[in-house]
Amino acid sequence: MNELFVTTESGDLLLSDTTKRSRRIRNRLASIWMAGSVLVAVVPLALVIGYVLIKGVGQLTPDWFTKDLPAVTRRAGGGMGPAIVGTLLITAVAAGMAVPLGVLGAIYLHEYGGRGRLGRLIRFMADVMTGVPSIVMGLFVYTVWTIAHGLSAFGGALALACLMLPIIIRTTEEMLRLVPDELRQASYALGNRKWRTILTVVLPAAFGGITSGVMLAIARAAGETAPLVFTIGAARNLNLSIFNGPTTALSVQIFGNAQTPFEAAQARAWGAALTLVAIVFILTILARIVAARVARRHNA
Amino acid sequence: MTEGTLRESASEVVRAPSFIADAPTSVPDNAAVVFDVSGLDVYYGNFRAVRDVNLQIHTHEITAFIGPSGCGKSTVLRCFDRMNDLIEGARIDGKIQFHGVDLYDPRIDPVEVRKRIGMVFQKPNPFPKSIYDNIAFGPRISGTKENLDDVVERALRQAALWDEVKDRLKKSAMGLSGGQQQRLCIARTIAVQPEVILMDEPCSALDPIATARIEDLMQELKSEYTILIVTHNMQQAARVSDRTAFFTTEVNPESDSRTGLLVEYAPTHKIFSAPEDERTENYVTGRFG
Amino acid sequence: MDITPGGSSGGDVASLLGVGPGRRADQLFHSVALVAGLFVLAILGLIAASTTHEAWPAFRSQGLSFVTSSTWIPAEGKFGALAFIYGTVLSSLLALLLAVPVSLGIALYANEAAPSRIRRPIIYVLDLLAAIPSVVYGLWGVIVLAPFLGPNVYSPINDAVGGWPVIGWFLNGSSGRSFMTAGIILAIMITPIVTSLSREVIATVPRAQREAAYAMGATRWEMIRLAVLPWGRGGIVGAIMLGLGRAMGETIAVALVIGSQAGQVTTHLFEAGDSMAAVIVNQFGEASGTHRAALVGLGVVLFVVTIIVNVSARSIVARFDRQAQGI
Repeated sequence: MNELFVTTESGDLLLSDTTKRSRRIRNRLASIWMAGSVLVAVVPLALVIGYVLIKGVGQLTPDWFTKDLPAVTRRAGGGMGPAIVGTLLITAVAAGMAVPLGVLGAIYLHEYGGRGRLGRLIRFMADVMTGVPSIVMGLFVYTVWTIAHGLSAFGGALALACLMLPIIIRTTEEMLRLVPDELRQASYALGNRKWRTILTVVLPAAFGGITSGVMLAIARAAGETAPLVFTIGAARNLNLSIFNGPTTALSVQIFGNAQTPFEAAQARAWGAALTLVAIVFILTILARIVAARVARRHNA
Repeated sequence: MTEGTLRESASEVVRAPSFIADAPTSVPDNAAVVFDVSGLDVYYGNFRAVRDVNLQIHTHEITAFIGPSGCGKSTVLRCFDRMNDLIEGARIDGKIQFHGVDLYDPRIDPVEVRKRIGMVFQKPNPFPKSIYDNIAFGPRISGTKENLDDVVERALRQAALWDEVKDRLKKSAMGLSGGQQQRLCIARTIAVQPEVILMDEPCSALDPIATARIEDLMQELKSEYTILIVTHNMQQAARVSDRTAFFTTEVNPESDSRTGLLVEYAPTHKIFSAPEDERTENYVTGRFG
Repeated sequence: MDITPGGSSGGDVASLLGVGPGRRADQLFHSVALVAGLFVLAILGLIAASTTHEAWPAFRSQGLSFVTSSTWIPAEGKFGALAFIYGTVLSSLLALLLAVPVSLGIALYANEAAPSRIRRPIIYVLDLLAAIPSVVYGLWGVIVLAPFLGPNVYSPINDAVGGWPVIGWFLNGSSGRSFMTAGIILAIMITPIVTSLSREVIATVPRAQREAAYAMGATRWEMIRLAVLPWGRGGIVGAIMLGLGRAMGETIAVALVIGSQAGQVTTHLFEAGDSMAAVIVNQFGEASGTHRAALVGLGVVLFVVTIIVNVSARSIVARFDRQAQGI
């Protein structure tokens, strides 16, 4: 073949006709595979978000946010108020438990015992814990809490906190590691104690990164369903109490309504999905903004 | 002590380096003693990094530690404010007395020590806070009764930085230049009013102009503080210090590692014009190191 | 003891002595942080202990048949979980089969082939994919994907090749809610993880290796095959295994689209089945007594399996890390 085939694609070499055609073809196929994979990944994303938007937006009336859930599932009407409040409340309580515990645990790992046997064990177990399926967390909390104390928002919050804890520990430890040791030295040299150094120098310096990591953990928890199914029950009306009585959440509502054959219920599921995705996206984007601002400040 | 004389080698006349003309020619012998170091060995685990240091630091003087890299100057310096405690496995043998008090007595709280003996580091390390908060950091911890604004202004004036930053005290310290940051760190240190300031190669990360400003600053600070400075720049030691300690390393025959030791300690002008030890002479005349 | 003139602090030794609130605060803080760290161990231990304890009645009454039998009839007290274990494994493997080529492709594209302007948007897209809650994927799967695939994809394929040998063993059935659909949904969900981990691995390949390949006159694909993939093999395997672990633990999306047909152990991919996690979430509400214990027992099996997969994945990645740093 007399191809003086000169490709100028970035990354490709200039290939002359002395290069075997099959090699060129294989290279071209590989490029198609790589670029095609990106398209393949984008398609489901677009489809899912598209459907959620289109099918859900019709549900978002003012009633949606304020009214209680309808008594008869298969009929339209009512709103998702209790579920929205439930999601926010349960996630907030879970964060209130997981964040201090996680940050303190990370402080222990990085500032105190990290290199010893206990520290390495804790770090390893935290990694293992990130892989525990969320339904196992739900079963666990059911066993140790719900049986004794009944369905409540707190049970769900406990399960979510168990999910969030190892994530927060790992990301916080990474952020602490990024704080230059010279700052700690400067603080000690001024006659500052270790605990005050951590609180007044290290944590403020790592604050942005920690916040970003925490927000991502919260976003993940807000979307969880399995840990809540056995622990919070199902309520139709608004329940602001954390410890008393069943409540509901957006994720559980979606799960329940998706399994019914009724149009109205399914429509409600789409609306709840849109609401939930909006909450999660806002949190994720905020987390990225905070992270970007931190990165910019460090490079200033 | 007999005055040494310069020796003439066979191949060249050894003359006193020209820069010692700037050094003070006399140092009071009876200046009060701040630190009394006797038989100091510093170990990292089982490795003896420095051996057998004996010297006395006098008040309101600038004392320089010089010597080739790896001879333990910084290690010894960090013993004075117990910063070596932060390194795992670091320990000392021997004694360092601060106004007669053994610094390493088990009852001594290193945190209190560091409030009296401050340190400035090689690379400027301001906190990522405002200039004001950097300076106020130390006094806030000690719970000073004074007005913080006054404390901050006084420290910045003493560090010759006030005029440059007085209009932007609330801005981040990270926006200052390298030389300004180092003067900020000095101001931060003196805001807690220590008695002694340790400086670990404070100018090695700075340009010559910034270096000159800090050297001038040291001379001004001398009247209120006692200063110990580690420097790998001989000329700097000769310019600013009253006394100089010269360290070097020796090879340990068994383990092939190097241990640092103090070779000679004398008023600066003597170290540079009439050193007693041959190793000192070789170093200050640039024959090695 | 020298009382030195001019020295402001010479005489007050006492102020140097260590005692008092400062030091105690340090020790207290250390203890608090330690306790926080120990919580991780405590919780994991509690999970293992409490779930096993709850599940014990079921384990005891079924013995080994809990994992070897596929007969699951709560009314008769028979709890054989084999079909569910099979369903979990099958749907996860399908997910890997679909996700790994795509993830690797994206990872390679992002690192090797993409113009730099596209690189960041790709990462954003992946982050968005990862952020979508699994229940939303399940919702879309059961209302949109499954009803579409059944008549429009599975049925035609089944009609065409369902009777053939070998291929027909797999491409059989016509249920929209099936192992295959579960595999597809899972693939979408684990792609972000596998991609981002693989990307990290690929990014650590040293320039020298790539340049050596190019210098030999390799095309870009050959360079990838010769330099990048061998180097990153361990880390990529680890990433894949972490994706596997995630797929096996996924509950809600699978529960919605797998069809919940108990007892099916079949190679027909387009038929409905069940997975351990899906069974738990579907049957727990109305279960009691031994049935409930059996469901918790499923959770225990799931817990153990995912931990084994996770730990193996991390040790492979760790070995790869050490190898990469050692060379």
